[in-house]
Amino acid sequence: MSRRPDPAVDHALAREHGLSDEEWERILAILGRTPTFPELGIFSVMWSEHCSYKSSKNCLRTLPTKGEHVLQGPGENAGAVAIGDGLAVIFKIESHNHPSYVEPKQGAATGVGGILRDIFTMGARPVASLDSLRFGPLDDEKQRYLLRGVVDGIGGYGNAVGVATVGGEAQFHPCYRGNILVNAFNLGVVDADRIFLASAGGVGNPVIYAGSKTGRDGIHGASLLASAEFDDTTESKRPTVQVGDPFTEKCLIEACLEAMRTDAIIGIQDMGAAGLTCSSFEMASRAGTGIEMDLDRVPQREANMTPYELLLSESQERMLLVTRAGAEDRVREIFERWDLDVAVVGRVTGDGRMRVRWHGETVVDIPVDPVAESAPVYDRPRHEPAGLRERQHLDRSRVAPESDPAGALEALLDTPNLGSKAWIWRQYDQLVQGNTILGPGGDAALVRVKREDGTPTHKALALAVDCNPRWCWLDPYGGTMAAVAEAARNVACTGARPLALTNCLNFGNPEKPEIMWQLAESIRGLGDAARELGTPVISGNVSLYNETAGQPIHPTPTVAMVGLLEPWERFAVSHFPAAGLSIVLLGETTDEIGGSEWLALRRGVEAGLPPRVDLAAERRLHRVLAEGVAAGLVRSAHDVSDGGIAVALAECTFTGPGGLCVGARVALAGDLGVETLLFGESTGRVVTSSATPDALLALARREGVPARVVGETGGAELSIEREHGEILVRTAVDRLRGIWSRALPRRLEEGER
Amino acid sequence: MFAVVQFPGSNDDRDMRFAMKSVLGAPCALVWHKEAALPSDVRAVLLPGGFSYGDYLRCGAMARFSPIMAAVRRFADAGGLVLGTCNGFQVLCEAGLLPGALLRNQDLHFVCDVVHVRVERADTPFTSRARTGAVLQLPVKHGDGAYYVRPDELTRLEASRQIVLRYCDAAGVRSPGANPNGSVGDVAGVCNARGNVFGLMPHPEHAVEAAIGGLDGLAILGSLLDAVKAGAPSA
Repeated sequence: MSRRPDPAVDHALAREHGLSDEEWERILAILGRTPTFPELGIFSVMWSEHCSYKSSKNCLRTLPTKGEHVLQGPGENAGAVAIGDGLAVIFKIESHNHPSYVEPKQGAATGVGGILRDIFTMGARPVASLDSLRFGPLDDEKQRYLLRGVVDGIGGYGNAVGVATVGGEAQFHPCYRGNILVNAFNLGVVDADRIFLASAGGVGNPVIYAGSKTGRDGIHGASLLASAEFDDTTESKRPTVQVGDPFTEKCLIEACLEAMRTDAIIGIQDMGAAGLTCSSFEMASRAGTGIEMDLDRVPQREANMTPYELLLSESQERMLLVTRAGAEDRVREIFERWDLDVAVVGRVTGDGRMRVRWHGETVVDIPVDPVAESAPVYDRPRHEPAGLRERQHLDRSRVAPESDPAGALEALLDTPNLGSKAWIWRQYDQLVQGNTILGPGGDAALVRVKREDGTPTHKALALAVDCNPRWCWLDPYGGTMAAVAEAARNVACTGARPLALTNCLNFGNPEKPEIMWQLAESIRGLGDAARELGTPVISGNVSLYNETAGQPIHPTPTVAMVGLLEPWERFAVSHFPAAGLSIVLLGETTDEIGGSEWLALRRGVEAGLPPRVDLAAERRLHRVLAEGVAAGLVRSAHDVSDGGIAVALAECTFTGPGGLCVGARVALAGDLGVETLLFGESTGRVVTSSATPDALLALARREGVPARVVGETGGAELSIEREHGEILVRTAVDRLRGIWSRALPRRLEEGER
Repeated sequence: MFAVVQFPGSNDDRDMRFAMKSVLGAPCALVWHKEAALPSDVRAVLLPGGFSYGDYLRCGAMARFSPIMAAVRRFADAGGLVLGTCNGFQVLCEAGLLPGALLRNQDLHFVCDVVHVRVERADTPFTSRARTGAVLQLPVKHGDGAYYVRPDELTRLEASRQIVLRYCDAAGVRSPGANPNGSVGDVAGVCNARGNVFGLMPHPEHAVEAAIGGLDGLAILGSLLDAVKAGAPSA
């Protein structure tokens, strides 16, 4: 049979594939010859930034990844943590930024699909998703289109696949105008002794392909789309975005979990970035084996696909399995029952080589390890960005004090950053699988754990995702520590103990020394905070080249924290649940206004050092919350973050279920300026409500956490005054709720800006 | 025994089984859609929510051709109790076992929220634990939940008391703001003329635990259990 001839491979073609001169030389040295066209394609994706982490690897090595409960750290499809009684959770967050900008609906949908596969590949049933989204300001029709498309994509995929989307975040800043961020998190539950790895063990074992057929979509998604900056040719990259099919994914989840309940499966890997290539290389490399494969046997959607296309296609909803010899038919039967394509495409070999045939002709014959494990690692030059010191210096004497605190509160609640995100999460199924104790809108989601046979447990998982990119831009080290601290604090607000985290490092072009410096500083902050809080980094993803026309995004290291609450039956909500409770503020308000939302909105200034993070104090605070909730001393707990204590208090009054509004009267101590007192964002603070404030204060004192009763819940107003009686805010809760809940819809649906 | 039909793309099948089995203590099994017959001891059939066949073509349009549906039809024709929630409701309408159709939500968005529904009649096997006029708080989550029949057909359904649930506010009053999807007549659930087949868009199986969605779903699923215990016909 004849096929379209491959182009001649030379140095110039390698450059077009995004390979550097040095990398080209290295390929020639490894092979001792010029690569074939499919081989060139393989090297280009395997050594792309997206697949090889070549710019970040050196820094990532410094992260704390171990802990007594960590079963699997970074390096597999996702990380795993034991949660007791033979159960474990598998979780990870991953970016799909560039595809979502090029084609928002499919880009976001396939982002969700990809992260789900990372979870069920390891044997876990995916149970809960979060999404961390960032866009440019909504006064731009393009951004509204992107937001609508992304939400449609996340909902369309997640809802149909039957996995609850229980929380997340969405922020808006001009730096994301040309490069939005879509980070998708998923968590699954598995029996701790039934975790599957992506390993092609056992010479002679069959290699099985299952799922959708392979088409021409998504070729070079990883290398050309995810590993380069955007420019004015971005539109032409639309064909590199894959198309998702959640129905097939749902069937694939069920079929894979069913196959894994047999003893047939040795190893399993999803075909994500770089498709068949990446999955087979990774599986062989981990097992120290080789694979030989016949491409003719791969189920194909289109006629006349070339070996190059078959190897590099990123068609979605496909898995590669290595099974015990002789178990092929059993596995085939399961996948066929779910009407999925399934085919034995090759077998495991012992010679450490990847050999790919196409109609009998060998088109790829390369050693596995040099491609998979010896990818280049760069220690890229880094230096502090010009102008950073100037940005960090905030001349407080030139910041006019807030003269209208009530107006400022309303203005803050009306911003897309602080306003209600219900417009987004109403479009997500938050309930499927029947475990959602706390859904979106609070500090953290809380999801009860069921065993695979449906037996409910007393365990619940608290999930939160956080990052303040402005802080990370002003101080990548401190800002990233703050992201870890806030995510952990949010989890702790439910009463849960933070266990471990996953992160998605979204940065600009690492070939620029100032971006590389941001990345390195951020990873240093991530590591220090994770170490100090005892929450190891068990998985993650690095997304670089988030720039358009040379304009990088703010450093955005999103941190997703997972905590465990047991027994879950005692938990805290984030809103005031009733009138007549004492409001107890945990933590200390310090004189910090740098990098705040108030400063940006009311003074148009993004400068200063972000608030300091005291990780030891943070740890003590989390302990008070866990003990306070368990002892029934804490009825509600809400973290003070963007917009300061005024916004936190307002949210406590009106975010209850079914529009429940519980007013509050609060008196704040201290002689700080009104803007700092109300809107400063000093870290480590939590607004709680308690029916037993004395016992809560005693607990806090014992743990060394500053705490004081600042007011009482009740009435229909939010009133905040100074201790000596000066009224700063006095507004009907209804009114605040109205402003807050219209912030997104009025911009998205009524054309208001 | 209760049978929950599992179509490819069903999502709430396991949750329905959990509600019946773990919460209500009733024997309940998943039945694969390719089966040609229902197990002989089945006393009620539940068609769960989800996206059968991906909702491609039209919600429920392909599932109604699954082999099991012929058996479900025979079961219903013989007076067997059949409950369809969400996608199950759509399948029942597509199969002609219930009148009407479910169209795209009025605002074109998928909606996940907690709504109130008023029980229009308590003398059905699906609502006997409630009283007429009672307000239930139940979650909805769907993109195609706008119930539609022609106006004359709606009048006929009302006359024959086939409207079982209507969207309302917390006080039981119907208003446009309380209707999450633009259903005609605020219809949230309908039964067939005989009263043994019932479909609703809200999800009773997601309101069966006090701290997870509340307990109002038991008014529906518990009623069904009572009816089975009282001697509903078997397959």
